[in-house]
Amino acid sequence: MPERLTEAAAESAGRNENADRRFAPSNTPAPTARPEGRMQEPIFHVGDVQVFYGEHRAIRDVSLAIARNEITALIGPSGCGKSTFIRCLNRMNDLIPGARVEGQVVYHGEDLYTDEIDPVQVRKRIGMVFQKPNPFPKSIYDNIAFGPRVIGMKGDMDEIVESALRRAALWEETKDRLKTNAFGMSGGQQQRLCIARALATQPDVLLMDEPCSALDPISTGRIEDLMMQLKEDYSIVIVTHNMQQAARVSDMTAFFTVELDDSAKHRTGHVVEYDVTDKMFTNPEDKRTEDYVTGKFG
Amino acid sequence: MTGAQIAARARTRSTVLPRPSTGSRVADVAFRAVMYLSIAVGIAGLGAILFDVARDGLPRLSWEFVTNFPSRIIPERSGIQSALVGTLYLMAICTVLVVPLGVATAVYLEEYADRRRWWNRMIEVNIQNLAAVPSVVYGILGLAFIVRGPLSMGRVLLAGGITLSLLVLPVVIIVAREAIRAVPPSIREGSLALGATKWQTIWKQVLPGAIAGIATGVILALSRAIGETAPLLIIGAAVSPRFNPGSLFDSFTALPIQIFGWTTDADREFVSAAAGAILVLMAILVVMNSIAIFLRNRYEQKW
Repeated sequence: MPERLTEAAAESAGRNENADRRFAPSNTPAPTARPEGRMQEPIFHVGDVQVFYGEHRAIRDVSLAIARNEITALIGPSGCGKSTFIRCLNRMNDLIPGARVEGQVVYHGEDLYTDEIDPVQVRKRIGMVFQKPNPFPKSIYDNIAFGPRVIGMKGDMDEIVESALRRAALWEETKDRLKTNAFGMSGGQQQRLCIARALATQPDVLLMDEPCSALDPISTGRIEDLMMQLKEDYSIVIVTHNMQQAARVSDMTAFFTVELDDSAKHRTGHVVEYDVTDKMFTNPEDKRTEDYVTGKFG
Repeated sequence: MTGAQIAARARTRSTVLPRPSTGSRVADVAFRAVMYLSIAVGIAGLGAILFDVARDGLPRLSWEFVTNFPSRIIPERSGIQSALVGTLYLMAICTVLVVPLGVATAVYLEEYADRRRWWNRMIEVNIQNLAAVPSVVYGILGLAFIVRGPLSMGRVLLAGGITLSLLVLPVVIIVAREAIRAVPPSIREGSLALGATKWQTIWKQVLPGAIAGIATGVILALSRAIGETAPLLIIGAAVSPRFNPGSLFDSFTALPIQIFGWTTDADREFVSAAAGAILVLMAILVVMNSIAIFLRNRYEQKW
């Protein structure tokens, strides 16, 4: 176990050096809602982000900074734009016809929404895990190897696969059945496979969109333990409906809410409060946050 | 209470769980009867045809029947070699032309086409319509544009193959689209989120996931083409040639044409030859449909 951690830490250090070389810090500071004196070095500066689906504005004026090597939770009622927002961070919204993102998403000093940025390159660096486990209909091995192969990673594929499975704490369960179809795994194992798959391409951010909502409490617990380990090496952003989960695992929490427009036809989400998780759950500034975290609404 | 008392009570208390009324029971039985009758009509019709054809044709079936060429002079030694070979060549040409065109069109429509653009919607509607156009119309198209007109190939094998390809292309596109659509969006998202390009996602995730459905659809479409007579008649397939096509630009015939030729012949000796050829054609169809069913059961991806 210790040697695994040092190995991972060494890898992570190497990766971060690379990252700094490739993404020179920008001179223009991004607008953020950064809580005083709390934030470590941010990996994302999000400034005034708005997302439109056609004419309909789904979220407005989201500004926040996301710290490196921390877990940032996005909570809020259904339809408040949490998923829409997290998909801005790796340009997955590009896939939705008619979706349009305004504002800045600055990652390592580069705005992800400028014309020169290739979304494929963004997604290589910023991995994502989805609500429902979505393994490919292939073997466990090929599920992990798919990412490294398509992005043309060099090195011994067996080692890459083993390393990814170890980091997702899945190696012991799967090492004797790497060639079997991933569809034969339990839901919780499938989700950890999806995490391992995302780690295999060596990203430095992991986005998780309600990763536990389809899982039982035991599987959920294992994924939460895994997240606590992973934040040593990765920055994690998680959308969750489960407030206890946010309270248990996250360092920072953003509370989103939704409001109807004048015609009461469209719902637009925005951030009410963004702060250290402990404070959000014990002494929030905003009445709406307090109502939500104490269960009075939502 | 004894068991008998409880049972008696249960029989009298029917207000909580009312028994089905006589009317609904009759309706249930009647509906079943209609369904069985429908199935019986279909099976009886098929059975009558099979029986009739088998009675005339079975005595003719032999290896010589398959390997002999048709003969005007000795009807009882007539065979179907040129027709069978022609049909197999036509199927091969169809497969080679239809699979890449059909799959590429389906990929475009499912993965790239923006439905908000009017021209994409127009292409879709047209393909749906083309699938319902009578086959004789494709024969006229083949005659006007391929046999004569711009391509002026003459009444050759390739012209027949292209005509049949045009005929089944819309069906293949529609089936391939369905197979591609059956691959869940979450697979595409998972692939793209790993840094795969759109092309890599289609080529390595979507198409492998859809391949069984596409193959099944192609075989079923070909089994429609194999029985087509009208378009081949119109473009002028030869009747009863005593040779196999030696190249794509030779004249040709096909099983349905041979059958048509024999059944319309004044010499009644050819009736049994036609029945024998029908049996061979039906055997090929059964084999093709069995392969399609096997592929679907064995390789279709359950999501």
